[in-house]
Amino acid sequence: MEGKKETISNYVCEILKNYSVERRNLLPVLREVQEKLGYLPVRAMEKVAEALGIPTVDVYGAATFFNLFRLSPPGKHQIKVCMGTACFMAGGQIALDSFERRLDVRTGETTPDGEFSLEEVACVGCCSLAPVVVVDDFVEGNVTPTRVDGILLSWDIGKKKQREQD
Amino acid sequence: MDVSLTERAYIKMKAASINNLKYLEDKPVIRVGTGTCGKAAGALRIREAFKDELTRKGIDAGVVEVGCMGHCYAEPLIIISKPGFPSLCYGKVDEVLVKRLVEDFLINNDPCYEFAMAALEPNDIFPTFRDFPRGVYEEKMILENCGFIDPEEIDFYIARDGYSALADVLNMEPGEVLGEVKASNLRGRGGAGFPAGIKWEVVRKAGNGMKYVICNGDEGDPGAFMDRNILESNPHQVIEGMIICAYAVGASLGYLYIRSEYSQAIRRVNNALRQAREKNLLGASILGSAFCFDLEVFSGAGAFVCGEGTALINSMEGGMGIPQHRPPELAVSGYLGEPTVLNNVKTFCYVPLIMRKGADWFKKTGTPGSPGTAVFTLAGKIAGPGLVEVPMGTTLRQLIFDVGEGIPRNKKFKAVQIGGPSGGCLPEQALDIPLDFDSLEEAGAMMGSGGLVVLDEDDCMVGMARFFLNFTQQESCGKCTFCRLGTKHMLEILKAITRGEGDMASLETLRELAEDVKTGSLCNLGKTAPNPVLTTLKYFRDEYEAHIKGKCCPSLKCPDLIAYFIEPDKCSKLCNICVGSCPVEAIYTRDNGLKAINRDKCVKCDNCLKACPPEYSAVIKVSPPGLVEEREREMK
Repeated sequence: MEGKKETISNYVCEILKNYSVERRNLLPVLREVQEKLGYLPVRAMEKVAEALGIPTVDVYGAATFFNLFRLSPPGKHQIKVCMGTACFMAGGQIALDSFERRLDVRTGETTPDGEFSLEEVACVGCCSLAPVVVVDDFVEGNVTPTRVDGILLSWDIGKKKQREQD
Repeated sequence: MDVSLTERAYIKMKAASINNLKYLEDKPVIRVGTGTCGKAAGALRIREAFKDELTRKGIDAGVVEVGCMGHCYAEPLIIISKPGFPSLCYGKVDEVLVKRLVEDFLINNDPCYEFAMAALEPNDIFPTFRDFPRGVYEEKMILENCGFIDPEEIDFYIARDGYSALADVLNMEPGEVLGEVKASNLRGRGGAGFPAGIKWEVVRKAGNGMKYVICNGDEGDPGAFMDRNILESNPHQVIEGMIICAYAVGASLGYLYIRSEYSQAIRRVNNALRQAREKNLLGASILGSAFCFDLEVFSGAGAFVCGEGTALINSMEGGMGIPQHRPPELAVSGYLGEPTVLNNVKTFCYVPLIMRKGADWFKKTGTPGSPGTAVFTLAGKIAGPGLVEVPMGTTLRQLIFDVGEGIPRNKKFKAVQIGGPSGGCLPEQALDIPLDFDSLEEAGAMMGSGGLVVLDEDDCMVGMARFFLNFTQQESCGKCTFCRLGTKHMLEILKAITRGEGDMASLETLRELAEDVKTGSLCNLGKTAPNPVLTTLKYFRDEYEAHIKGKCCPSLKCPDLIAYFIEPDKCSKLCNICVGSCPVEAIYTRDNGLKAINRDKCVKCDNCLKACPPEYSAVIKVSPPGLVEEREREMK
């Protein structure tokens, strides 16, 4: 555990090198930390607060205020179900329910094996393809419960193939 | 100021750009629309398919990635320009059509008219977009180049007179530039419609210190995507507008605040900034003049409230996105306490056009109070969803039924939701309202950033109000008590109603709370959050009453108030499709061979209803759910 803390600190220090010590760099720094680590660990937030000379609580405040930041590690695959107006009308909730049922997690959670995390997002701006699901940065349109099964199945097959190759 | 210097620099630059694009002359060019929407529909696959096919057949043709033309219903979309033919646009392209187009059109000169949507320029052979109802009403100003130029290559923009306005402006006095913008009466396109020229004037008069120009691209409205589209399809037009603004007000640094969700827009804008710097359109002594200005991208972190000016500034300064009291206005004390111009993406887009063609040209379009055009995204239950640009003053009816081609599947129009979570739901009788800033406000809605979602008879208005309130409640920053607690309480009431647990007294509470939140909130998020509730209560009270008194959802939408049922006299014993379609195995076969649904297992996913073949259409929804038992008893 100590070792992990060390690496987090190192990463954060590395990122901070590119920024001047000004409060207005808080969001860009936090974003880069999250890009690197996948989430914002407490240690990282403390480090950022220390480096920018602002109270830790302010860093925590910003990290919890904005939807972009997460405080727990994400799954290996991120599933984001669009909850914009057009998607809501076309059955976004149905797609979300289907993922919850298939993965047996609630929205905002990660599966116990760390494989998938399920999230809601506000509009991704592809309203003509509603309902839309963003799977690891790939936008899937017209997602029905059947397609949900298809998406998950394609991973299963991919993983199986990978195992056979190994 | 040296008049000829900047102009000479520009003429040289334009000649170089035209020269750089020479390689596309005298050979077929295929333009593939790769906005986020096009990509989601498979545009990258189509681009690769073209490249492969062209290499295989040994054809010399250019494949260019362009932004989005706004015809989202037809993605993936391509344009083929071949010398000797009009440029033709093809929609819903797949790999098979790619092969066919290469073989038949590029090699054998048959343009496959049966697959073409429209031609781009007038000709004797094939109709153009202008010949369709949509084209008659549409008037493209700021979207003119979107979908035709490569947003990642600055030469395309310059070759189409891009940055020529800037070259002219640099020879004018800043006051003259401001005068022209003021004369045009350009109103801010972010939603409130405040005249841009007046805002700029305040900043210009604010002394000689540090000033900032910020572009608000934090488009958070669910159901709106025009800013994303412009930033992705034609970033240089926004940049040019910002540079001109900076020159007029005397700013030396600017930011483009873009939502983090729009990763492709951020990437393309950054790329555009880099190219503009290389051409000396940004940075020190722009185009050889004495004017210096630079731009950076600041990417937002996902908070709807940051679309509000003071909240946006707060988040840029490293705080939470919480709105502040005004005054002081941002034009007096904005980013880091300095005078700041904050305008929407679209507002900046108009600036180069106004400077190039004059304020009088701009005022010829639209209404006297709201000159110019309005950009809308059409979404929801509409046959032709996409991005459209129409003159201000076009009516909702024209926009929905002529431009958007009406409601699909012969359904009945119910309402149109305009302006996102801050706007309202307008019914049929409001369809003849002209779309401009003032008329919409009178009707209880607002222009907002221009998202337009059409609802048909299958959509529940109570559910819609709940959806928007759920959104604003989550996005409320928590500063004002009324907004923080009021929206929460309103949401609870709406949730109860959609579950069939509401009472008539709660409708009055709902209305009162809505009024209180409206008056008791500081920023526009809170002030407008109750709009969806107030307008649906006003125009669709009967639906609320049906939910409360009859425990029934007339549109068959609220999951707690409906049940699925298979009509015995329509169901075929020989068909098993619904059984296979059910994800939770809730459908079973009765002793007589007919299918039935186990209501305890059913998750109301709509799969069986969609799967049931149209010749039977045996699966129906009923509300209230108790009707199923009644039908079952009848059967026995």
